[in-house]
Amino acid sequence: MATTEEIRADLAEIVNEVTGIPAADVQLEKSFTDDLDVDSLSMVEVVVAAEEKFSVRIPDDEVKNLKTVGDAVSYIEKAQAA
Amino acid sequence: MSTPTWSMPATSPHAAILGLGVDRAKRVVPNADLVAAIDSSDEWIQQRTGIKERRWLGPGETLESLALAASQRAIASSGIEAAQIDAIVVATCTHTLQTPALAAKLAHLLGTQAPAAFDISAACAGFCHAVGLASDMVRSGTSRYVLVVGAEALSRVTSKTDRGTAFIFGDGAGAVVVGPSEVPGIGPVVWGSDGEQFDAIRQTVDWVEAHENQDPELPYIAMDGPAVFRWASYEMAKIAQATLDRTGIRADQLDLFVPHQANMRIIDAMARAMKLPEHVRIARDIATQGNTSAASIPLALARMYDEGTAKSGDLALLIAFGAGLSYAAQVVRVP
Repeated sequence: MATTEEIRADLAEIVNEVTGIPAADVQLEKSFTDDLDVDSLSMVEVVVAAEEKFSVRIPDDEVKNLKTVGDAVSYIEKAQAA
Repeated sequence: MSTPTWSMPATSPHAAILGLGVDRAKRVVPNADLVAAIDSSDEWIQQRTGIKERRWLGPGETLESLALAASQRAIASSGIEAAQIDAIVVATCTHTLQTPALAAKLAHLLGTQAPAAFDISAACAGFCHAVGLASDMVRSGTSRYVLVVGAEALSRVTSKTDRGTAFIFGDGAGAVVVGPSEVPGIGPVVWGSDGEQFDAIRQTVDWVEAHENQDPELPYIAMDGPAVFRWASYEMAKIAQATLDRTGIRADQLDLFVPHQANMRIIDAMARAMKLPEHVRIARDIATQGNTSAASIPLALARMYDEGTAKSGDLALLIAFGAGLSYAAQVVRVP
């Protein structure tokens, strides 16, 4: 089972690949839109890459609830445990 | 009683695209003209769509005039006479007269000889649906020369204040003549739909309801951007690959990739997901034309000839997708 920090680090790599934002900036308390300036289409690309990386399903309806990096990490943790 | 023998037309081994013609609406509308109404910026629009400016109907231009000009050019480039056309299929979602079809009027304006003439409704996927139909009509012997037209005047059904779509759409028309061929020119169509997402791209209100409600604004085309982006970028990359597989063509044998011009970022994401070889030239007409729905593929192909990135005989993968949701794709040899 991956730790919270491992998931955050992998997610940070994905955000970096999609948007060019330094992975070190992708911390749990950061908001995707307000702090990291990830737009809605980049968010879709991040979600699709995360689904593949973590073998989880993140439906469109859930994506809008993932405001912060921490929201996404805990969603992935729960989805992996399910 | 013996079973009567039915007389069926002679079939043709293959169909091909014989000529291409387009017409771009004349009025150039830069992002700067649209940003005030949606509290946005040129940079914001370009970042999300890759669109710098779009073409909208100018003075005296109509959906019909665009369709007519594109059709006349397609017929001229195909080397046949208008009188030889025995079917016209128009793909459009912006012919705002419910009936009669634009195709019938076009048949009259072109001086054709009473061809079969009808419109199809498959939104942004319309052009590839119509090419698929035309190819089957020619191969079955039902028709000899089919004029396929994708024509849209989306500026007329665009809300200038909708932050999701005000800057997306453009106006234009593209046409091809499909005729019989001894060698393969149009591959099998791969098409389908996902009706579960029927409201992902939609007209906001039924025309009659809008009138009954005395709505102050016309109905317009609205879209759930992220849902459409996800479907178009990833699901359509799979359909593109399925089309190559069905045709028996490898990606490295393609010269051109001409996807529906919905959004530059969809085009980029699809190309990445498909892992297209670098030598395959990718159509990118949307930056200065906007998304012209059923007209976007022929318009994008025409630009590639103009810029010298496409030449006669090139092998192209066409893929169109949009409201429905619906999609259609095929490999063609370009005229």
